Amino acid sequence: MSKKTLSTEEILHIAKLGNLTLTEKEVELFKKQLSSVIEYIDKLQEVDTKNVEPLSQTTGLTDIFRKDEPDEKRTLIPEEALKNTKSKENNLFKVKAVLTE
Amino acid sequence: MTIKDIEESLKKGVFSCQELVKESFSTIKKHDKKINAFLTLNEEQALKQANHYDNLIKKDKNIFDEKPLLGIPVALKDLFTTKDIRTTAGSKIIGDYNPPFDATVVKKLIDAGAIIIGKTNEDAWGHGSSGENTDYEVTRNPYDLNRVPGGSSSGSGAAVAYGGVLVGTGTDTGSSVRLPAGFCNLVGLKPTYGRVSRYGIIAMASSFDSIGHMTRTVYDNAKVLEVTAGVDPFDSTTVPIKVDQYTKKLGQSIKGMKIGLPKEYFVKGLDDKVSNSIKNSLKILEKLGATVKEVSLPHTDYAMAAYYILVPSEVSSNLSRYDGIRYGGSREMFGAEAKRRIMLGSYTLSSGYYDAYYLKAAKVRTLIKRDFENAFKEVDVLIVPTSPTLPFKIGEKVDDPLQMYLSDIFLCPVNLAGIPGLNVQSGFVDGFPVGMQIIGPQFSEELLYKVAYLFEQETQYYKIRPKFKNG
Repeated sequence: MSKKTLSTEEILHIAKLGNLTLTEKEVELFKKQLSSVIEYIDKLQEVDTKNVEPLSQTTGLTDIFRKDEPDEKRTLIPEEALKNTKSKENNLFKVKAVLTE
Repeated sequence: MTIKDIEESLKKGVFSCQELVKESFSTIKKHDKKINAFLTLNEEQALKQANHYDNLIKKDKNIFDEKPLLGIPVALKDLFTTKDIRTTAGSKIIGDYNPPFDATVVKKLIDAGAIIIGKTNEDAWGHGSSGENTDYEVTRNPYDLNRVPGGSSSGSGAAVAYGGVLVGTGTDTGSSVRLPAGFCNLVGLKPTYGRVSRYGIIAMASSFDSIGHMTRTVYDNAKVLEVTAGVDPFDSTTVPIKVDQYTKKLGQSIKGMKIGLPKEYFVKGLDDKVSNSIKNSLKILEKLGATVKEVSLPHTDYAMAAYYILVPSEVSSNLSRYDGIRYGGSREMFGAEAKRRIMLGSYTLSSGYYDAYYLKAAKVRTLIKRDFENAFKEVDVLIVPTSPTLPFKIGEKVDDPLQMYLSDIFLCPVNLAGIPGLNVQSGFVDGFPVGMQIIGPQFSEELLYKVAYLFEQETQYYKIRPKFKNG
């Protein structure tokens, strides 16, 4: 198996995908650590998966619905929903502007 | 003491709920400065609740029929959302989060009369096998303070082991209930996926997360599952299959039961001492009337690779919600392991790699599940070691994430297949607990408890208590 090494660019790219900012030291550390993990997971390529369906729901349950009606038991009042935020205004979460003029 | 003994004593007035709860807190205060099992204690509320229950018992001795866990001190892993009790997931990023609701399981435990003693330490977000990935102080193993208690439900394991509580809850995505149970001489259940509600449990990998618990005895463990299992309209993956009275069949014979020994698990890398302990336990099970035969799970060698593609993929998605807007701090506060898993998942899901990694691993997952299904055509249950080694030293694997991941090599395949696994104690080697895992088909928890109970009654390792070596 070929030795897999992630480049600095690749590390910065996947950090960006995950909305993470890394220090230079972290870039070097994760480059080494994640490369060894990726080299390990590459061994899956040996397995013959022709005609095998992918699996994500192990018990096979499908199509579980509920009525599309408000349920008080799963609703929070504004005070409860807002009690952990550091930034609010008029019973709303206050966030930085997404759109600019 | 078991839950059954406590019920009898409370009924007869040998001690009160308040005395029981006070004893719990005094044990915790005696040991926890060194062990670090707890992140938050709920002392005032717990004592108030105990007082309330003492009054109820005085009025009506049959209250236990309604509240089967009345007065039982329980510790909750800090992934369990608790209304008005700080819930950190072992992370600093939500270190000040005070949830406005209870997880379904928490509500069920409280309704059954359990007393919430506190919230326990863990590898942050459930990411780890040792407890060392906590953003707080590292939890230590009460059997030897220089060793790990096993993770990720490290605090719950240690707290039950040193006697602070009777029940410690946990989540098991790849190993996180069974490994601490194995390292701390406890009974630890990873139930079938969908047997216990995930609603309000901070999500790690949603197609894997199984909500379990640790206790000192099999009876107690079965008793708790009677409360926690069942359909929850708030979790659409809970399965509408009848919840068994798991304690009822304890003590029944296992004569003629077929136990499978997967040959792929008894290979290089398995400590001889662990291997010998398991083989000795199989002889005991044969004496109890079971027959043992070798079986094969041919894709075992690929399980960890599939797991470390699928789980980080789901992790990267689940952790994307922590943006510091509705609660918690900013994403710079994530610890190193969370960052590693988010990045790994972002990589395996990213454009150009999805087919080669995520889709490939999801197909291998089918093959692993099929391996177990084929084995269960030949045998009733499987027995494997819980860990390939004895509890390892604190610091031994922290700098090598891949080695840390491989600590779970005998545990993760069960989560890929969505089947249940139960850790019971196989014995002691050099003063350390050795765990043995009993694995069955989906929804076979009753069967697992039956086997575990007879073995436990025969061996009685639960009577051995930690000696706080190096404490």
